[in-house]
Amino acid sequence: MNPEIAWPRNDYSRVPFWLHHDAAIYELEMERIFRGPAWSYLCLEAEIPNAGDFRTTWVGDTPVIVSRDKDGALHAFVNRCSHRGAMIVRSLRGNAERLVCLYHRWCYSSSGELTGLPFRKGLKGEGGMPQDFDMHAVSPRKLKLASCHGMLFGSFSDRAEPLEAYLGEFGTGIIKRFLSRPIRILGYSRQRIHGNWKLYAENLRDTYHASLLHEFFVTYGVDRATQKGGVKMDGRHRHNMNHAYASTDTQEDATAAYAGTAARLDRMQLRDRKLLEFKNEYSDGMNLAAPVFFPNALLIQINNSLATRQIRPQGVSAHEVFQTVFGYADDDAAMTRHRLISANLVGPAGLVSMEDGEAIEAVQKATRSTREGCAVIEMGGRGEVRDLAHRVTETPIRGFWSYWAELMGVEPAGAIR
Amino acid sequence: MNRLYELMAEYAMALDEDRLEDWVELFDEDCDYRIVTRENVEQGLPNVLMWCDNKNMLRDRVESYRNVNLYNPHYDRHVIGPLRFTDKKDSIFCFEAGYSLFQTSLEGESRLFSVGRYRVEAHIEGDVARLKSVTVVADTGLVPSLLATPI
Repeated sequence: MNPEIAWPRNDYSRVPFWLHHDAAIYELEMERIFRGPAWSYLCLEAEIPNAGDFRTTWVGDTPVIVSRDKDGALHAFVNRCSHRGAMIVRSLRGNAERLVCLYHRWCYSSSGELTGLPFRKGLKGEGGMPQDFDMHAVSPRKLKLASCHGMLFGSFSDRAEPLEAYLGEFGTGIIKRFLSRPIRILGYSRQRIHGNWKLYAENLRDTYHASLLHEFFVTYGVDRATQKGGVKMDGRHRHNMNHAYASTDTQEDATAAYAGTAARLDRMQLRDRKLLEFKNEYSDGMNLAAPVFFPNALLIQINNSLATRQIRPQGVSAHEVFQTVFGYADDDAAMTRHRLISANLVGPAGLVSMEDGEAIEAVQKATRSTREGCAVIEMGGRGEVRDLAHRVTETPIRGFWSYWAELMGVEPAGAIR
Repeated sequence: MNRLYELMAEYAMALDEDRLEDWVELFDEDCDYRIVTRENVEQGLPNVLMWCDNKNMLRDRVESYRNVNLYNPHYDRHVIGPLRFTDKKDSIFCFEAGYSLFQTSLEGESRLFSVGRYRVEAHIEGDVARLKSVTVVADTGLVPSLLATPI
């Protein structure tokens, strides 16, 4: 059964607010997107480098274990005991030959196979499991797993296209840019935003909010809409990237463009400029790159701070943003320090990112009470969704909704894709 | 010792009364302030939520809050537990203390925002106690909404 959505327009330039508040929509998203043919970001290979390493993660609201077996092969499977449904692994990470559920000590291999359970044959000829009990048949559900340059993605669906095709040249190319050298994990941060997960997905596809909401960007010249940059998408418009090139505008351009806004372009100077120092380490010269992959992943570079983010939906009105901060394995101590200082810009306390949580919560609070209200998504144009060589656009949001509607089975008549 | 208790009392009150500039003045010029999470510390990972490695970076952050950043309007309330002295290196006192930080919205709804401990290095010169370094190790790694004003 498909839900009834009265889309006012077939190009998603109007999106009903109630889609962020409806429990039935949320359940359907878990089924048709997160347990459907989309590829969700799981973790980085560098987090489980050794045989027996595992990490726990989430695909939508399904708990998942990602592990490396004794032969080095990678696996992902549902973190739920076949027996009575307890979470098999309750720690964040570890290394083990076998994983044991605490409840009745059912044992799993690191490839997710049920390999044994106590009292299977009973005691002194009494009790135990039936002789024909098939451990393989009840083993936890496995995900298809694929790596793109060490970024691990999983899908629950046999209908999922190959990961390379899903990401497209756009996706595989930009991931390679970030991960072509061995990386080192610097740590994690987490943020719970009291808003629907799609509001965060939209936020990541809206390049023009950055230089308005995040006034720090503009005031201190990290990122301004007047810099050279733009938005790129994959062929299906489900993934996208906001990007900008360092030092490609002038103070005069910016002052003219931001006249009348609250931005204080000429008055504020940091006392300690190292916060904004950018050591160019890529041939393309971008100082800001934020590729987003449907449904739950972001890679982000702001100057020399690098991270992945994973969106973890937590019910219809909350989500966690789980951030993995990394550098490169050959960074010296000074470069690692520089990356950590740059990390002041991003994350839950980031000088250029803290406002996102507040903006999303403001939307969630104010839209609950309207069944008719719609978001207006026309910045950058209506109709066809396409790449743009400027940054005054939110067009990729319409791309997101078009793929969302396709997977959910709720496209309007004559829908654009 | 009393000076150090008074220092931490003023630390809490300055933050709770939104006197962020006064809070900055409790630090040395050559100071270090950082917020890390227990999750990272226990894994030996260096990631920071916030890191100012001198007083100018603290001044920059506060100036940015005052003029640039937009965050949730709220009241803070710090409750700092007893100081436990761990070491004395020359004139530097090292101590730790647990904290709870509650946030209250303008409509009066309070929530536990963060709990954890401080690891502090401080010294006393004459009548004045100052902070050389403060590392906030937050048990609350899952930041509710966003982290703007310091802990």
